[in-house]
Amino acid sequence: MALDQSFVGRTYPATEPYEVGREKIREFAEAIGDTNPAYTDPEAAKALGHPDVIAPPTFVFSVTYRAAGAVVNDPQLGLDYSRVVHGDQKFAYARPVRAGDRLTVVSTIESIKSLAGNDVLSIRGDVQDEHGEHVVTAHTTLVARAAEEA
Amino acid sequence: MTARISYDEVEIGTELPVRTFPVTRADLVRYAGASGDFNPIHWNEKFAKEVGLPDVIAHGMFTMAEAARVVTDWAGDPGAVAEYGVRFTRPVVVPNDDEGAVIEVGGKVAAKDDERRTVRVDLVVKSAGQKVLGMSRAVVRLA
Repeated sequence: MALDQSFVGRTYPATEPYEVGREKIREFAEAIGDTNPAYTDPEAAKALGHPDVIAPPTFVFSVTYRAAGAVVNDPQLGLDYSRVVHGDQKFAYARPVRAGDRLTVVSTIESIKSLAGNDVLSIRGDVQDEHGEHVVTAHTTLVARAAEEA
Repeated sequence: MTARISYDEVEIGTELPVRTFPVTRADLVRYAGASGDFNPIHWNEKFAKEVGLPDVIAHGMFTMAEAARVVTDWAGDPGAVAEYGVRFTRPVVVPNDDEGAVIEVGGKVAAKDDERRTVRVDLVVKSAGQKVLGMSRAVVRLA
């Protein structure tokens, strides 16, 4: 069943702060095999003009996707999560995420479309630091594949 | 927060070095832990096949992360990435053997913005000879 269009524009309350730790960034960088010292060595990061180690560009997805869970699991929206695949992902950065950041996310439903029986849901995640400064905006498109005919 | 590469040295059509990134089941388990994405399609063959996939597939975000390395290593400062987006068009299938799969990434400067001193890099991301990401683009602030 198609999702309710009236949910477009709906904004979900800001998440509790996610504190970005140096060791979490290191763990993530190791998991993607990326040895760039800006991710693990504070001095190397400082040499590039950053106050502390920075996170790889896609690191913040873990934070925004958790926030998007409020949308995905909204019982009123009624998305069938077992049929969801990740369609598109975009990030627009004001600055890189860095160790020590306390990030909060506000998720907004940007659009709901129906394409060939699939529900296509676009969620924007606006990420701020503890000073209320914009850090990055994540645009996530999820596709709920149409249920097969019984 | 700008790259070591100079804006003026880069021309439209400049190619970034092609890179290959191997991906094994062990890499996916590690990525699941680091990212918190424990969807079983990324580590459980039985589950993956039950939902109609040919085998375990890589996290789309893992592939997106590997593709970004071509840009961040070229730019020098990963913090120089202003925008980055992809479309997940085809899964990277990762067999349970010693080889795993290979993600191959190439990139080319497709546009320059004189005012912002940014360039747009268009990436071509393949595995097993087929494109796995579409509309894969990064905008990078250059010195």
